[in-house]
Amino acid sequence: MKALFPGLTLGKATRDAYGEALRDLGREHEDIVVLDADLAKSTKSATFGEEFPDRFFNVGIQEANMVGMAGGFASCGKVPFISSFACFVILKGFDQLRMAVAYPHLNIKVAGSHGGISPGEDGASQQSVEDVALACSLPGFVVCVPSDEFQMRAAVRAAYHHRGPVYLRLGRPKVPRVYEKEPADFAFGRATLLREGRDATVIANGLMVAAAVVAHERLAEEGIHVRVLDMATVKPLDEEAIRLAALETGAIVTAEEHLVHGGLGARVAQAAARLHPVPMEFVGLDDTYAESGDPESLLRKYGLTADHIIAAVRRVLERRRDGAS
Amino acid sequence: VEIVTALYFGGILRYDPRRPDWPDRDRFVLSKGHGVPVQYAAMAEAGYFPVSELDTLRKIDSRLQGHPVYWSVPGIEASTGSLGQGLSIGLGMALAARLDGKDYRVFVLLGDGECQEGQVWEAAMSAGHHRPANLVAIVDYNKYQLDGAVADILDLDPLAEKWRAMRWNVREIDGHDLPQILSALEWAVEHGPACIIAHTVKGKGVSFMEGENAYHGVAPTEEELARALAELESALPRAELSIEREAAQYREEGR
Repeated sequence: MKALFPGLTLGKATRDAYGEALRDLGREHEDIVVLDADLAKSTKSATFGEEFPDRFFNVGIQEANMVGMAGGFASCGKVPFISSFACFVILKGFDQLRMAVAYPHLNIKVAGSHGGISPGEDGASQQSVEDVALACSLPGFVVCVPSDEFQMRAAVRAAYHHRGPVYLRLGRPKVPRVYEKEPADFAFGRATLLREGRDATVIANGLMVAAAVVAHERLAEEGIHVRVLDMATVKPLDEEAIRLAALETGAIVTAEEHLVHGGLGARVAQAAARLHPVPMEFVGLDDTYAESGDPESLLRKYGLTADHIIAAVRRVLERRRDGAS
Repeated sequence: VEIVTALYFGGILRYDPRRPDWPDRDRFVLSKGHGVPVQYAAMAEAGYFPVSELDTLRKIDSRLQGHPVYWSVPGIEASTGSLGQGLSIGLGMALAARLDGKDYRVFVLLGDGECQEGQVWEAAMSAGHHRPANLVAIVDYNKYQLDGAVADILDLDPLAEKWRAMRWNVREIDGHDLPQILSALEWAVEHGPACIIAHTVKGKGVSFMEGENAYHGVAPTEEELARALAELESALPRAELSIEREAAQYREEGR
């Protein structure tokens, strides 16, 4: 992984940060209960469970029941954080997320670990490329894909303080640090300007934020200056940041570890189309599943690296030069 | 109808319509959400909202949605209508009570066809493991589902053995016999997690509807409704339930 992110320091996996942040929140807030479906050691919710066994329920391998139980806990005043792999909790629990979480707009936080294709060797059945689109489709959900350990900690805290359903996507591998410490100004629906530039804007989240930062540095060497926005919150979007990016830089590239339809790219395009249409390119998976392999090889093969962002920036700049829109 | 009546008016459910958010109230989850007109009628009668509001059922802008919606009217404790989900929600409620050291009870009413859903058995297995003493499931076993007889489509039998295998205490009763229902509920709250399998007859009390699946999910015509209400009225003890008053009002207003 390190080879993909020259100049950046590898930090913890966002799932590790999730477990620690949850444990820390548990020390402050008695009303938190945590449920997991037999993947607590992998999602790291076990970090909470070890310290608070009375408020931790490993429900066994039954995601649908877990989501329903969370509905019961929440309607009785608890703040459930429920976790499993992203593909399982979102896909197997989807109708329950609709009926017991979204429709009653209950105060439940859903954490999907092993997001994207970077879980690697276990293969596509354990990877998750549809979860963000599905979570975004649920009315009233906040959907957040943090980029590093520090932003994850801030997002877990924000999730507790937000009243309503939240989906947090966690990652399996260690990822580069984008921030130096827990960002004090983190808020759902607010993008973070990481690098300034006026030639184009790269809007990314999750692991792809670090790739966008690498792309920024490399493009700068040849005199192309791209703005980098960390759009951790896919829903609600920071529409003002998108409008300014379109207006001031005239071209947008999105980058996400997810299918390009239904996720960050699609949602940014929808906002830009309404606010200020500009040429756009999309880095992400194009209507495909991935396969087994080490994370670095997978990210290279499926087009999710700084190189792919740089190529997309060149394409979008060319289209703008040609007067396309 | 008899089960919901027993819960609301038989001294089983502890509730206060003036304080529907009373934290210590018992919870009732109608997992077979399509039965919600019965619950609305009981709740109106109990004083949660005016009986006259029942006329707005399923109409635009009404609080009385076609299937239960969490808190659409105070006292509706869960959104249901996608079958199979209520027991999981009830289990979460029951465990929340235990965490908080509270003694409220949770009653979940399931349909028989609904027990074909896998999630019911996830929740049943989970409750058998966590053993919340305050959780009661009631299965309305009327032997029919939308497309036909349960036994023909996907037989549930032996149903009681299934619940027992999930480590529930189980009783089977005649679901139309109020004393039997009340005694089973009183037993259940002392023996949770407990399941009451209530054997019922679809359309009970209306001669032309009894066991006749053509009325599943289909509203009666005006003429059928009048006949049905007359039959039900004649079977009721005098002035016991407002359905009688409603029927009279219905005829007077000529609707």
